[in-house]
Amino acid sequence: MSDTGIGASVLRKEDRRFLAGRGNYVADIAAANEVALAFVRSPVAHGRIRSIVKPEGAENRVFTADDLDGVQPMRAPSKLPGYKPSDFPALATTKVRFVGETVAACVGATRAEAEDLAQAVEVDYEELDPAVDMLAAREPGAPLVHDSWGDNIALSTRVDGDMDPVKARAAHSVTREFRMSRQAMVPMEGRAVLAEWNARMDQLIVHTATQVPHLIRAGLAMFLGLEQRQVRVIAPDVGGGFGLKTYVQPEELVACWYAMKFGRPARWISDRREHLIADANCREHHYIVTAHADADGRILGLEGEVTVDAGAYSIYPFTNCLEAAMAGGNLPGPYAIEAYGVKTWTVVTNKPPLVPYRGVARPGVAFAMEMLVDAVARAVGREPHEVRMINMVPPSAMPYTNIAKKTFDSGDHPGAVARAAEMIDIEAVRERQARGEPDGRLIGLGFGSYVEQAAHGTSVFASWGVQMVPGYEQAGAKLTPDGGLELRVGVQSHGQGMETTLAQVASEVLGIDPDRVSVIHGDTGLTPYSTGTYASRSIVMAGGAVSRACKVLIERMKTIGAHLLQCEPNEIRVADGRVMGPGGDLPLSEIGRVWYINPEELPADVDTDGVEAVVGYRPEPDHGTFSYSTHAAVVAVDPDTGAVEVLDYIVVEDCGTMVNPMVVAGQVYGGAAQGIGTALYEESPFDELGQPLASTFADYHLPGAAEVPGFRLAHMVTPSPHTEHGIKGMGEGSTIPTPAVIGNAVNDALRRYGAEVNETPISPRRVLAAIAAAQGEAA
Amino acid sequence: MKPAKFDYARAGDVADAIRLLGSTDGFNKPLGGGMSLGPMMNLRLAQPDLVVEVRGLDALKGVGDEGDRLVVGAGVTHAEIEDGKIPDTTNGMMRFVAGQIAYRAVRNRGTVGGSIAHADPAADWPTALRALGAEVAIDGPDGARIVPISEFQLAAFTVALESADIVTALRIPKLSSGARWGYYKICRKPGEFADSIGAVVHDPDRGYTSVVLGANDGAPLDVPALAEAVRAGNDVGIEDAKAALAAQGAAFDDYGTQIHAVALSRAIEGAFAS
Repeated sequence: MSDTGIGASVLRKEDRRFLAGRGNYVADIAAANEVALAFVRSPVAHGRIRSIVKPEGAENRVFTADDLDGVQPMRAPSKLPGYKPSDFPALATTKVRFVGETVAACVGATRAEAEDLAQAVEVDYEELDPAVDMLAAREPGAPLVHDSWGDNIALSTRVDGDMDPVKARAAHSVTREFRMSRQAMVPMEGRAVLAEWNARMDQLIVHTATQVPHLIRAGLAMFLGLEQRQVRVIAPDVGGGFGLKTYVQPEELVACWYAMKFGRPARWISDRREHLIADANCREHHYIVTAHADADGRILGLEGEVTVDAGAYSIYPFTNCLEAAMAGGNLPGPYAIEAYGVKTWTVVTNKPPLVPYRGVARPGVAFAMEMLVDAVARAVGREPHEVRMINMVPPSAMPYTNIAKKTFDSGDHPGAVARAAEMIDIEAVRERQARGEPDGRLIGLGFGSYVEQAAHGTSVFASWGVQMVPGYEQAGAKLTPDGGLELRVGVQSHGQGMETTLAQVASEVLGIDPDRVSVIHGDTGLTPYSTGTYASRSIVMAGGAVSRACKVLIERMKTIGAHLLQCEPNEIRVADGRVMGPGGDLPLSEIGRVWYINPEELPADVDTDGVEAVVGYRPEPDHGTFSYSTHAAVVAVDPDTGAVEVLDYIVVEDCGTMVNPMVVAGQVYGGAAQGIGTALYEESPFDELGQPLASTFADYHLPGAAEVPGFRLAHMVTPSPHTEHGIKGMGEGSTIPTPAVIGNAVNDALRRYGAEVNETPISPRRVLAAIAAAQGEAA
Repeated sequence: MKPAKFDYARAGDVADAIRLLGSTDGFNKPLGGGMSLGPMMNLRLAQPDLVVEVRGLDALKGVGDEGDRLVVGAGVTHAEIEDGKIPDTTNGMMRFVAGQIAYRAVRNRGTVGGSIAHADPAADWPTALRALGAEVAIDGPDGARIVPISEFQLAAFTVALESADIVTALRIPKLSSGARWGYYKICRKPGEFADSIGAVVHDPDRGYTSVVLGANDGAPLDVPALAEAVRAGNDVGIEDAKAALAAQGAAFDDYGTQIHAVALSRAIEGAFAS
């Protein structure tokens, strides 16, 4: 390992600007003659628009759906049989389908003026009964979100397992119902767009806060009726995404339309209130799961019913069906289960659209499965970590194709459980529990395990029916005349530290100092096509592509180097940022000088493609990498107030080769903090009329410094056998088990009452209700 | 989230502020630290015609001693109280309460007078100062007056101020050296608005005992039966607190009943912990 290559905890290069407050976000970018947009948003969850009255004199500054000539509604196709697509209009046409839906756009010199105008627009709605709860919306006779559908089910799927044999052998059949509540995704930077038409380029230039610039370009071109060459999407610094910034937004389309129509740049910067009301939400799942287990707690068969509340519209491009598909495919987790059956429903309701949030369905899946495992452990009277270990795929079985046809590439899953159990010190925790706390609080211990498929490849996405299937990931590598390196990647780094880690990959291959490497990303005009940053794919895919591109550069440099060093090309190697021959070596800048500045010195047999290469890469097989982890936590529950405090939190994880262990740790900490948010705090509740009840941070609670414990982290390293450098994706992982870990710990604390919580967030109200319910049953 | 248009004036002194507030018939608001009014204006929940800034006026920053009372200027910030920059005449209670208000950034600007005048039911000062038996000094077009805090806050966000009145000071009885106090706040996480507040002041030398329930969605609520129990030296458990609330007709949902009883019980327990 070099001290700047793969495996080095290099300080993040981008932090030089971030820590100094010199990041450059969409809101920091000004365009001459720009206007600000504000939106009139629906105050009702479900209704027909009877009329919209523009304020007198402001007719040319207020726009409705009728004005948006040439703008198509957003439709995300899917090849899954039975899928019902929806049309998500940039501005509502006849019906509004959630509170916050964009109804009219108002233009002002400033945002405040645009808001003044928005306040003065009069809209008359005929209110309709809303479909709010997904289980009720699933039933016949529920109010229809999309009238032509006949029901509210966007997609239902069914996989039948061969259950009778395992039921016959099972000593216990344990059934539980779980609910993961709807929540928001809360990046530090909200959504933001600045669109302008550039006549010289014949191009719409869109600065937008996105994770997937190339996909946004495709979507904008399609919905605006442009050719893709006429759209350039630039994602400058982006302050977090987590999935929120993966879809084409109505506000984005309107800003683009305005810029094209009137030739003036249009800006829309989301504020936190419209973010919490109108942006896509995430996570809302309902589960009924049954484990058929033998007397030792070995789970023989698993049955599940998964319902996903997808909100009103399917988002482009990933559709609203990805969540249920992921849930159905991931429910068996890291366990070797003989029989598995699952039914899923993707249900539309009068709420904002649902998009995949960090972890994508799997936090809900793990909340159901990992809490079910603990329920099995309680049923058979064993420690939950032991039940996990006997059910997990052992390392000797790797590679292993599980009951849901996922092929785990490598790893020691039970080993991670054992390590976590050792670190949390189960005996000491059990002793403390038995001793009791001076303040009367109850101690609980919880575990949660998962396997995280990441960097899902072509075959996986194709099987999900989405249109935007990732293929070969490309990276450009260019030696500059002075011996520096420019990397061009189509993924987007919005907190992942890829300006550093991709430079480390190049450093690993070329020995070049990462400080001499620029990573250019987030601009469709400058980078190769990529489906972008999601699915914990970027370091696997773009990292692999960078590695391959740098290796191609080495081959290209060899002939030049051999000529300069008077040796054979096959005697040349590149290391430490130098081209080395048997009799001497040269800095990379010498190669750059000769290629660019003094080509008269080039050999006759030089590779005429030069010292710049765009190279494609895809792991084979392309089913994705399989990181895994076990978390363990100790909590204290106040049985009088229902308050939960996390006292200790352990993460044992294996993401294969770590490019930068410090960046890995940062991802683990951040993900687990968000997981604690899901577990204990974050919720976007709606009343029976579909009104959102958490529209500011006074009502929407995020974990902060006081709520997040100091995580204790241990690594296991099993390199992927399939990827460049053995790298596995890991960016989302630690959000996955956290709600289950906390839930299991709380339920462990509540064992004396026979109480169980089964819904996130595990709020004081829900804890007290669970205790009261158990005491009611006991009485 | 930008405020609607409003006019702004900076008052030179208290009389100027009163004059400005009464200068038009519109909806005019004094601006202290702006920690509540600012967000409410940005959310357009408040759309004043005129904002009169009174922040930093000398007359509102003063602290005076009137023998049995400490007079704290309405413009004194939570942070100044937290940091011990005003004399401690409440055996540390004011300082303790101040240090729990929201976050430090809010405490740096937010003022005790602003908190009282805004009268958010989940705020700390309305409950703490009611338990202390404070009085509110008010100045207005009709002259200055003093109102007991129990008569000042009428309901959530509703106080006995006329449109051009401003709160100038809080007059806070000094506690005897042997007085005990307890303050227990329940909130989802430190810094958030309270879900419940229990406050107790027991000062036998002055013959004063008060038990107050805050964050109950209305004005802070005296719980006389619990004050009586404290005077009698009785322990007050959660069930006792529930019974006392029920007896005075204070009804909440199951969760509210539970946490209000816990807050009251723990406040009383804390008052007598060593």
